[in-house]
Amino acid sequence: MSGAWALRAEGLAKTFTLHLQGGARLPVLSGVDLSVAPGECVALAGPSGAGKSTLMRCLYGNYGAEGGRILVRHRGEAVDFTAADARLVREVRRETLGHVSQFLRVIPRVPSLDIVAEPLVARGMARDAAREEARALLLRLNMPPALHALPPATFSGGEQQRVNLARGFAPGYPVLLLDEPTASLDAANRDVAVALIREAKAAGAAVVGIFHDADVRDRVADRLFTIEPRQEASRSAA
Amino acid sequence: MSAAAPDAAAGGTLAGYNFAYLDEDTKRMIRRALLKAVAVPGHQVPFGSREMPLPYGWGTGGIQVTASVIGPDDTLKVIDQGADDTTNAVSIRRFFARVAGVRTTERASEATIIQTRHRIPETKLREGQILVYQVPMPEPLFRLEPRVAETRRLHALADYGLMHVKLYEDIARQGEVTISYNYPVMVNGRYLMSPSPIPAFDNPKMDRMPALQLFGAGREKRIYAVPPYTSVRSLDFEDHPFKPPRPAAACALCGSRDSYLDEVVTDDRGGRRFLCSDTDHCAGRRAER
Amino acid sequence: MSDDAPILDASGLHLRFGAVPALDGVALRVWPGEVVAILGESGSGKTSLLRVLSGALAPDAGGVLYRDASGAVLPVLGMGEAALRRLVRTEWGFVHQNPRDGLRLGVSAGGNVGERLMAVGARHYGGIRAAAAEWLRRVEIDPARMDDLPRDFSGGMQQRLQIARTLVTEPRLVFMDEPTGGLDVSVQARLLDLIRALVADLGLAVLLVTHDIAVARLLAHRLVVMRRGRVVEHGLTDRVLDDPQHEYTQLLVSSVLAA
Repeated sequence: MSGAWALRAEGLAKTFTLHLQGGARLPVLSGVDLSVAPGECVALAGPSGAGKSTLMRCLYGNYGAEGGRILVRHRGEAVDFTAADARLVREVRRETLGHVSQFLRVIPRVPSLDIVAEPLVARGMARDAAREEARALLLRLNMPPALHALPPATFSGGEQQRVNLARGFAPGYPVLLLDEPTASLDAANRDVAVALIREAKAAGAAVVGIFHDADVRDRVADRLFTIEPRQEASRSAA
Repeated sequence: MSAAAPDAAAGGTLAGYNFAYLDEDTKRMIRRALLKAVAVPGHQVPFGSREMPLPYGWGTGGIQVTASVIGPDDTLKVIDQGADDTTNAVSIRRFFARVAGVRTTERASEATIIQTRHRIPETKLREGQILVYQVPMPEPLFRLEPRVAETRRLHALADYGLMHVKLYEDIARQGEVTISYNYPVMVNGRYLMSPSPIPAFDNPKMDRMPALQLFGAGREKRIYAVPPYTSVRSLDFEDHPFKPPRPAAACALCGSRDSYLDEVVTDDRGGRRFLCSDTDHCAGRRAER
Repeated sequence: MSDDAPILDASGLHLRFGAVPALDGVALRVWPGEVVAILGESGSGKTSLLRVLSGALAPDAGGVLYRDASGAVLPVLGMGEAALRRLVRTEWGFVHQNPRDGLRLGVSAGGNVGERLMAVGARHYGGIRAAAAEWLRRVEIDPARMDDLPRDFSGGMQQRLQIARTLVTEPRLVFMDEPTGGLDVSVQARLLDLIRALVADLGLAVLLVTHDIAVARLLAHRLVVMRRGRVVEHGLTDRVLDDPQHEYTQLLVSSVLAA
């Protein structure tokens, strides 16, 4: 593949070895080639269980790869993300690679405002300024100020999802991975999410997303990338 | 024990005993410890404390130090809580008169060696004089850290935060440091030392004293020293500096307002008098009047 | 690739207690500002590892190097007791599992926090008190309780006091041994949050021993999984917990009870 890219997968293979099930091997991805350009949004498509979420997690470095590699354009250089050590992965996640998932891992006692501000502070922004940006984004997502000071543990699914979105979009990452970003959102907030994605693209971000909502997908995605499920779920011993 | 020997203040010594009671090898051992102690001011030097003709806790350390440095030409003064005439002072002074045949005196200005329990004479001491302190517990950190192995390490590493914590706690609880005697001092800017149970009032006298100060702890088997003109600073905080307590009144006998006073109860109706603890000093002032 | 050097670098560590291998060829590095959790069950060697890394226990083989504030690289096990104690007083911190092991119970809270300052030469009572009050505030203990004794504090408060006491000299490397062990769940949450915030604010490097996966996930950037004296897996925390490769790690992760 030629041309500018911000994120690439080359021959990516992911197989799980379940030692607790006698070493059963579960191949999920094999030979995935994907290239995402800056300003482009690629929607992952395919039936449930095909490996869309798995691919997302590999791209984020949450899962390791058994074959192939992932490249990220980080600080102007192509970084082999699959071979990167923990510190480099953290650096890439801090500066270049953002992630919005459907689940908010809830840290007890931290107010939503600070959950959203945290990635900004990690990048060196002063805490007050970070909180201001966080506040603005939460308001845009229709989160009333009363909720900003509360930890999200008791929030509804939609409220938690909006905290997730704010946290993912506030820093302006050059590469964004969105895993069901509009799950649990009502129409009005879906529109805000779509606007955020479009603004990110316009700013040059490369976006990879899983959108079960076809309407949202059609509004943001430039192309689909389809993952076919594995023909056999092989359960051979290791 | 040999036949009764002359009890003279000068001249004959007790037959059958070496000069000043201790054998020469023991004196040499103690002198080596003293030299080491003088070379490292405030540092506790272990020594082979001998059996003395009085029990532990009665000044065996001080006596052994005195016995090791005293010579036939010395003049000895012995005081106990500042007084020359208490039982212990009298006994020790007589002991050295008998085993060393040295001159004894009650005048601090005339003595070459002064052995003391729990006080420093009011009279300013000179170069050439030796002050020998009797010490019950040489370890200043004893109450804060009972483990000897640990206190040795603390001294070796000059790790004295613990003592400052004690002072901090006093100030936090009582508004001031409440140590009234055996107030810990920093010697030569390096070692934390117990000055022996002298009143805090006496601490300033130790600083840059022209006389040699030797400390003997017989039961604990430690010797330490402060050479002449060495800095001795009582521990304090910058904003809570050490202030020696002022005397409560004037001496009823000599009128002194700046010597350490004993409170004497005179009747059972609350009557009391304050008298100089240092009997020599008081007598001297009265003689001048 | 970042090229700043590790703050702690251990290699080839071996230690046996009789026939039992406590450490069997362990290597580990910690970089400034990162939290590394050593995860393992009883008998894994995690506590032995912590003790060896902090110079409290000599291994049979191997070495530990520490890079101090001036950039000098010192051998932890060969630097001599005086240097090690100085390090422990200034650039290192310790949080023990039982706060009673890390506090002077007969000394007031303020005295406990101020002690490290006094040990490195602080001599202004008012200044020491102000610093102690500030740190008590930071660990969410009411500064009005500064003159109270630790024995009048709850377990969680004692642990927070221990943290204040050790962080007051702003160490670069903190060793923590099961810091939330034995505390009630709600108290644990508060303590973990506090540790998280302080680590981030102060840019501390932390070596944390725990058997609790949730604690590791919350606090650690990197995870080292130990079993029977060996490191069986290590890496980015979320990777090791979400995509465990080693059989033992998979067992650990699958054993966690869901709330």
